[in-house]
Amino acid sequence: MSALYRILKYAAILLWSAFVIAPFLWALTTSFKTANGITGGPTYIPWLQYQPSLEGWRLLFRSGGGGIQIGGPYLDSLIVTISASLISLVLGTLAAYGLSRFTFRAGFVRNADITFFFISQRIMPPVVLAIPFFLMLQFLGLLDTKFGLIIVYIALLMPIAVWVMVDFFNTVPRELDESAMLDGCSPFETFWRVILPNSKPGLVVAGLFCLIFGWNDFFFAFTLTFTQTQLLPVAIVALNSSVTPWWSLSAAALVSVAPLVAVAFVLESYLSRGNLAGAIR
Amino acid sequence: MSADRSKFVFVLPGLIVLVAIILFPLLFTIRVSFSDWDVARPGLDWIGATNYLRLVHDTRFWESFGRLALMAVGSVLLQYMLGFGLALLVWREVRARRFFRVLFLIPMMTTPVIMAVIWRTMFHESLGPVNDLVRLLHFAPLPWLSQAGLAMMSIITVEVWQWTPFMFLMLLAGLLSLPREPFLAAAIDGAGPIRTFLRVTFPMMAPISIGAIIIRLIEASKILDSVYVITSGGPGTATETSSYYIFIRGLRDFQVGYAAALSFTYLVIMAISLTIIAKVLARAMLVRDRA
Repeated sequence: MSALYRILKYAAILLWSAFVIAPFLWALTTSFKTANGITGGPTYIPWLQYQPSLEGWRLLFRSGGGGIQIGGPYLDSLIVTISASLISLVLGTLAAYGLSRFTFRAGFVRNADITFFFISQRIMPPVVLAIPFFLMLQFLGLLDTKFGLIIVYIALLMPIAVWVMVDFFNTVPRELDESAMLDGCSPFETFWRVILPNSKPGLVVAGLFCLIFGWNDFFFAFTLTFTQTQLLPVAIVALNSSVTPWWSLSAAALVSVAPLVAVAFVLESYLSRGNLAGAIR
Repeated sequence: MSADRSKFVFVLPGLIVLVAIILFPLLFTIRVSFSDWDVARPGLDWIGATNYLRLVHDTRFWESFGRLALMAVGSVLLQYMLGFGLALLVWREVRARRFFRVLFLIPMMTTPVIMAVIWRTMFHESLGPVNDLVRLLHFAPLPWLSQAGLAMMSIITVEVWQWTPFMFLMLLAGLLSLPREPFLAAAIDGAGPIRTFLRVTFPMMAPISIGAIIIRLIEASKILDSVYVITSGGPGTATETSSYYIFIRGLRDFQVGYAAALSFTYLVIMAISLTIIAKVLARAMLVRDRA
């Protein structure tokens, strides 16, 4: 491999790395600024270019004047995302196993059509569903509640779980099921005792995808909750007005994207071990 | 319990829950689209196809499709090329490749709407670092968010930043699962890196490429969050996508009936065009595979 090729290769890698990191570095440095540090034009290095202050970070725990009281939204986001992901994963995994192992027939409907029905829900644009969901939750008395959002998120996340798990189960050899059946296991025992313990990579990837798409949703939280329940993205976007407090906004942004960055490490370890090929196809 | 009965126990819970959650909104949308429901008169009256006749002449609606197509196809193509390039770069024979793999995945994990707020401060005309860089390169500062073409570029940049990692993830997973033999055969034939890529790597990656592009096109056809935060559809309507226009009509003006007609039309057009795109892509990329 020529030296020129090597140089170009590493230059490309470093260039993209800089692009990836840029918004995070900008948010980090902005979070230590005050109004004075911002209105003078873009600055980057604390002490040298501007006087750093912890005001942006203190505002995370205060209300009013650019404060956002991040604790409540954080907890709400955690509860909604984790509950909806778990329910979606359980229902999605069961359905995926059924669709991967048994033959369904009802008129012209076959397995592939049922699988497509699950996955095709991702095509539905959120804006189409927003008003009906609003009226539906209003009718059920679930507007502005965590429970209402969880219901909506299940519809959003279950297709992802089904998509990942059907592909995954299709790569698990059927001989496993057959030998368990021969040993006298019922279909459910086969699933529970033999297949599930061998499905960790698929379950982890499906679960992580649910967490990512649940944690990162904005639109439904924005249209279906107001004051009692407030998720992180909504709380942060609320700061984005004509006089945006860039400092507390940056600090809040960093705090709220932090937990999912850990997910990148987990996904990479599955990727590099070659376990992802079966789970994503 | 017989195997025949128990197979329903696996599939039905998920199916019933999903249908219960989705069915009402969908049927309701269709019904409301034939009504005159708005702020002044909420209720399910029947006005026939009036809303659909109105939307046929709604140029703002049809223009929003053009912008959506430009935004979605443009950003997804860029994501595919960049994601494939990056996956090839850290596929093998690179120092610290696991570090770079994690780094390249990170943007996809971050909340789009929150990062869009940060990007909006970066694109700020006088106070943002993007124009600082432009000045450093001895150009005049650019009105990133207040000029039509540039605003479109800004949004595409953010979309590329956010979602290239998804392409990267899918394509790297694909690359890592490829068999070694075809590459050995190509090496024995004395094929250079470019020939190996065109004759071996790319054809073998065609199926996963199609899958990744279609998934991203589906997600991109719903673009709303980043437009809302970065430009609010502006300047004027220069970056208004279909979703955003429906959002304005339905949830800002509360023309619920008309928004429902727009929604349903949008959904049908999306389903049809995505199916066509999927078929065309499959043919184009898999034919090359056979050649």
